[in-house]
Amino acid sequence: MQRIFIVLVVVIATFVSATAQTNNKLVAASVARGKTIYLQRCMVCHQADGGGVPKLNAPLDASSTVNGSDISKLVKYIVKGLNDRIEIDGEFYANAMPAANDLKDQQIADVLTFIRNNWSNKAGPITLTQVKQIRSKLK
Amino acid sequence: MKKVTQILVFSSLFILVLLASTSTFAQKIKPDADNAGLTLPAGFAALKVADNVGRTRHIAVNKQGAIYAKLERLDNGKGIAVLKDTDGDGRVETKTTFANYIGTGIAIKGNYLYASSNKEVFKYALNANGDIVDENAAATLVTGLVDKGQHNSKSLTLDNAGNIYVNVGAPSNSCQEKDRTKGSMGMMPCPILDSAGGIWQFKVDQLNQTYATGVRYATGLRNVVGLDWNNELNQLFVTQHGRDMLNNLYPDMYDTTVSAELPSETMYAINKGDNAGWPYIYYDHFKGKQMMAPEYGGDGKKTVDDKYINPAMAFPAHMAPNGLLFYTGNQFPARYKNGAFIAFHGSWNRSPLPQEGYYVVFVPYENGKPTGKWEVFADGFSGKTVVKNPRDAQHRPCGLAEGPDGSLYVSDDVKGTIYRIMYQK
Ligand code: HEC
Repeated sequence: MQRIFIVLVVVIATFVSATAQTNNKLVAASVARGKTIYLQRCMVCHQADGGGVPKLNAPLDASSTVNGSDISKLVKYIVKGLNDRIEIDGEFYANAMPAANDLKDQQIADVLTFIRNNWSNKAGPITLTQVKQIRSKLK
Repeated sequence: MKKVTQILVFSSLFILVLLASTSTFAQKIKPDADNAGLTLPAGFAALKVADNVGRTRHIAVNKQGAIYAKLERLDNGKGIAVLKDTDGDGRVETKTTFANYIGTGIAIKGNYLYASSNKEVFKYALNANGDIVDENAAATLVTGLVDKGQHNSKSLTLDNAGNIYVNVGAPSNSCQEKDRTKGSMGMMPCPILDSAGGIWQFKVDQLNQTYATGVRYATGLRNVVGLDWNNELNQLFVTQHGRDMLNNLYPDMYDTTVSAELPSETMYAINKGDNAGWPYIYYDHFKGKQMMAPEYGGDGKKTVDDKYINPAMAFPAHMAPNGLLFYTGNQFPARYKNGAFIAFHGSWNRSPLPQEGYYVVFVPYENGKPTGKWEVFADGFSGKTVVKNPRDAQHRPCGLAEGPDGSLYVSDDVKGTIYRIMYQK
């Protein structure tokens, strides 16, 4: 009985760590794809260091929204753009962020996963399923 | 007779002492040991006259040497700071504030101070000491100018015939149907030009003027932040921020390097009715040509000739010329007289190349025309040898003003440092 238990524990542990590893690999691949999109579409404004441009383009590095749990908001910013001049972490930004509505669901998931896992940011990945769900509700 | 000579000797001695004391007064203004962190041409020195004033856009200096600083953020609810050196050491001892609006433009002409919010222009009377007569008695000269956040600075300058010139920047990059959005076409004709993307002329002695009563003096100017009246030529000069994002919007026509180097930042000599061509063209200083904008059928090669005015001077891309000043003083060596100083705020859209600008440039003029060569006059504001990311810059030059003794003042809108540059030999 004890033996069976040990075997079971070992099997479960291997399984869990294996899925974690494939998960990590999937996230790493998503981050890599997201980086390419970031360089082409976002870096001009948000800069290589994610620091944005003071008073003009919001920083993504250390942003509470980028690192936050309101994923719908992030997807919406990409699909619709952002030109509301809202207060972001105590500052206002004058430039207009264009919608990137031509990006596919997977590309949006990738670029968001990239900005949530680069510079000092450490937040969970955003999945294709999440983007699909949120985007279908956006008019 | 003896008495007369005595008096003469006495009074000339007195005058000598007086002269000596005024010159020691001037000499008391010691530059900072490190020249305020700036690199300057030989013979020039600098000091920080004030620090942490608050994000200062443009500045004006009155005849008594007090500095009026237009703030971009309210300081205890106020948007203009008055900075005074009370003991003659050249450094500011007192700061007071007034006016309940943020903005960029500020200028002194005759006995009046003019200042702008991002929508209006105000006028204040100055007394014989150069102080505001009544801070609460602002006369509203202009109202209802476009402010949509982007390019909303209302910089201003005045001529000698009772007119004030106000820039209204276009709230747009290139007048696309959807601003800065890939695949979106340019609107034809660009409707923004009706109320922005140009310089408007108003009267200094009429209240509550609007677009309807003002004159669109020049159009086709995307975003002018530096403008100055050239008294030698009796003509308006402006510096324009060229468009952004050629590569992001048209990756097939422009690679990232070309997009970092184009289009030129430009300075124009303006006559009434001029059209500088935005959004239909941009300027390419490598080719010396006006290029058709890709939103309007351009492909990076098609030029547009003889339709719009040419710049008086062109500069590398994206450096953001925020302050323009024609030097009229006698303190600097003769070659600077009637030449142009330009404060470059510094670029943000040259990545992946390092950013450029973050310095004050001098453009020599000869016979009323720029010689075509510009030189970096004051560098080191950013505190970095290379600025990779704009947030790394410690200071960014924005406004320029000439003091009564011919010193050049430079303002910074990161922390609000005010620099004074003097010639010493
Ligand atoms: C033309 C410049 C520009 C481009 C290109 C751009 N942005 Fe932005 N971005 C902005 C501006 C400006 C804001 C702030 C807008 C406001 O306050 O209204 C912003 C805000 C954001 C925010 C919200 C930040 C916060 O802390 O709330 C996110 C997330 C973001 N951008 C992501 C991206 C991504 C991802 C891309 C590329 C797909 C991108 N942006 C492309 C200019 C840009």
